[in-house]
Amino acid sequence: MTDLRPQPQSAVDADTRGPGGRGRRPSSLSTVTSNDQFGVGVALIALVALMALIAPFFWTTGNLLDVMRQVSAIAILAAGGTFVILTAGIDLSVGSALGVCAMVAIVSADQGLPAVAAILLSLGAGVLIGLVNGVITAAFALPAFIVTLAALTYLRGFVYVGTDGTTVIPKSVPFDWIGQSSVLGVPVAVWIMLAVYAGLWFLLNRTVFGRQVLAIGGNVEAARLSGIGVRRVTALTYVISGLTAGIAGLIVAARLESAVPDLGSGYELNAIAAIVLGGTSLMGGRGSLVGTLIGALFIGVLSNGMTLMNIESFYQQIIMGFVILLAVLVDKLRRGRSQARGRI
Amino acid sequence: MAAQSDAPVVSMTGIIKSFAGVRVLDEVGLELRAGEVHALAGENGAGKSTLMKILAGIHAPEAGTVLIGGQPAVHDVRSARQAGVAIVHQELMLAGNLTVADNLAMGRERRSRLGALDRRRTTEAAQRMLDEVGASFGPHTRVDSLSTGQQQLVEIARALAENPKVLILDEPTAALSAPEVTNLFQLVRELRRTGTAIAYITHRMEEITELADVVTVLRDGRQVETVEVARTTPEHIISRMIGRPIGSLFAHERQTPGEVVLRVRGLADQQIGPVDLDVRGGEVVGIGGLVGSGRSELARLIFGADRRTAGTVEVAGRPVPPSSPQAAMRAGLALLPEDRKALGLVLDHSIDSNIVLASLDRVSSTGVTSRRRVRSACTEESERLRIKMGSAAQPVRQLSGGNQQKVLLAKWLRTEPQVLILDEPTRGVDIGAKADIYRMINECSARGMAVLVISSELPELLGISDRVVVMREGALVAELTGTNLSEEAVMRPAFGLDADEVSGGAQPEAPHEEGVQR
Repeated sequence: MTDLRPQPQSAVDADTRGPGGRGRRPSSLSTVTSNDQFGVGVALIALVALMALIAPFFWTTGNLLDVMRQVSAIAILAAGGTFVILTAGIDLSVGSALGVCAMVAIVSADQGLPAVAAILLSLGAGVLIGLVNGVITAAFALPAFIVTLAALTYLRGFVYVGTDGTTVIPKSVPFDWIGQSSVLGVPVAVWIMLAVYAGLWFLLNRTVFGRQVLAIGGNVEAARLSGIGVRRVTALTYVISGLTAGIAGLIVAARLESAVPDLGSGYELNAIAAIVLGGTSLMGGRGSLVGTLIGALFIGVLSNGMTLMNIESFYQQIIMGFVILLAVLVDKLRRGRSQARGRI
Repeated sequence: MAAQSDAPVVSMTGIIKSFAGVRVLDEVGLELRAGEVHALAGENGAGKSTLMKILAGIHAPEAGTVLIGGQPAVHDVRSARQAGVAIVHQELMLAGNLTVADNLAMGRERRSRLGALDRRRTTEAAQRMLDEVGASFGPHTRVDSLSTGQQQLVEIARALAENPKVLILDEPTAALSAPEVTNLFQLVRELRRTGTAIAYITHRMEEITELADVVTVLRDGRQVETVEVARTTPEHIISRMIGRPIGSLFAHERQTPGEVVLRVRGLADQQIGPVDLDVRGGEVVGIGGLVGSGRSELARLIFGADRRTAGTVEVAGRPVPPSSPQAAMRAGLALLPEDRKALGLVLDHSIDSNIVLASLDRVSSTGVTSRRRVRSACTEESERLRIKMGSAAQPVRQLSGGNQQKVLLAKWLRTEPQVLILDEPTRGVDIGAKADIYRMINECSARGMAVLVISSELPELLGISDRVVVMREGALVAELTGTNLSEEAVMRPAFGLDADEVSGGAQPEAPHEEGVQR
């Protein structure tokens, strides 16, 4: 329970200076950019404190690890989705993509394939889905909203076809350790989540590709005239989103040890909510993975706490919806002011 | 038909206005009279539009008085409109998805008793307004199906709806075809006959001589001259527009040009060309011409920012593939675009990430950027260009225009180009930053780079260039070197006063058949 709070906090510090941040924290700038995740970070701490006070059994190691495990799939989806949204795109298909990847993994297990094959097929399906979304969006300059909305629909159809509309329960699931085991007391799914975030954080903040993503979202024309292959980079962000859908799909499949036809449906909205809560702008160019992780944790903690308090799931949804609205609204108002200050 | 009534409808005196510390109008006066067309002439940035926006209540002056019909004006748009001032902006402000009638009724929609839109009365009113300007289309036409000229007519109809005493037209012909210009002129003459005072902003000489009764020339925010058109000549007006000494700002040591580095042959698209152009290593070639003559478009075409329909571009003998800035960059081209905010910089990102944006490969190995190398690139450039900043992590948005421009220049210099194309490199830049930019241009040419500079500021263009080519209507119409380099020599072909053709293939259309559809 101690290693989860300092973790994101220190990472916030490392990431607050935005794409070019390095060296010592500068005085004038950090007020503009660090606020992006600072707000939701504070909100998360406040929420955790509140839940620790009022929700029974919330503040126990077992429960906190459980929150992390529950949130891992959404958090991983949101990590890939952050790349897409940073280029001012959107990927609505991740929930259905997760369904397809989980289905592929379970069906492979059902056919008696070994764990490695099931995992590779599942991740491969995710990459392929992302590639199709990305190439169509970038090459034909179609609105990502429409392309991925269509993907949401047809991919769901694939899940129905693959599961034949019923629950598929293989005799054994060779990769079930992904969803079931723990290492050093922490569930494997949580380790995977942390690894995905670490890897993608590096990709976004330390590589040429990451800078190109941010530049495209910040000013696509400037990026193009700077010789950046805008289409290629944009398409790749959807591949990343597809890959994370594959990873999340594996985790979900390993946890459930079965595939149901509506697996993952609605996940895309939770993932987008986590991204936006984390301070990433839907207009592109601004945001961070640390923020997204905090946003996902926020959603996880809220829903876990409400369950512990025996709030009925229907009411949970109502509360969740309004809390997200409130968080985004507060963020918008704060940002509106800070941007007005930024201008000359 | 010239000035007849004595009391002016509008009387502006001692108008002073600054933007961001830069004085754009310095004690300017203007009188508009009923039944008179008053042209405002001057180079870009001379203050014409600002002066008119003050009259229309869009800006408030810092000092000076504005009297409309003898009454002191209140500086807001509504009051100006009530006082009888209507303005037709250079950029059309219509909603293309609505009908002409809806656009004309915008902001003063008529409602029926039930609160719904009264479509019948809206249509009738629109038809009356269209009749008044002699429009050939009906009120139910969707605006985006109209030509630019027809849309302009809608704007004018809207401006005339309140029977203004003063009508301001801001470069109304900039986007019109020849027949549309004829129609507009007829309309303006008709308005003059019925006693409207008309202020007409233009920098096209033929419009001044054909249409205006009086012309006021502005230069650098100062009123240089107000004279009756009948008593002056186009040459005189031009000389008044440009006449100022070239400062010692441009300490340009001419290089002995080397081999041809940039070779452009037959380059064309729908609006431009065909253009032939050579720039040698160490040579600075300026492109002169009016705004809209196709200079920026030519630059974008060379760089591959837009798709060319014909022609070739070569850098040091290697062909540059069309429509790929990426490939152009690899071939050694760099383009500093005209609008740094929209096309050049990522404003919300930090200074250092903007500086390395076009040369990410140089600060990284196997795709991983080295923060140390980014930092040293940024330090190097900020020292070389004297970029004033708080820290390298500061968002570019917070910098002054001059420093933003230096960041953009730094970004391109990091790519170590062989050909540097600069489009209005000193627009909106203070004098100190200008000097730094000129110094960098000199350094670049001294290092053997081929430099192509577009500038609307003639002294700058002449000061930094070894050679100037002049564009008009998408074609190169003149080439000037050495002793031939003078402001007048650039302006005359730019205005189409004498079009001695140069560089084979550059065929300007016949002057009267103006097909500048933009």
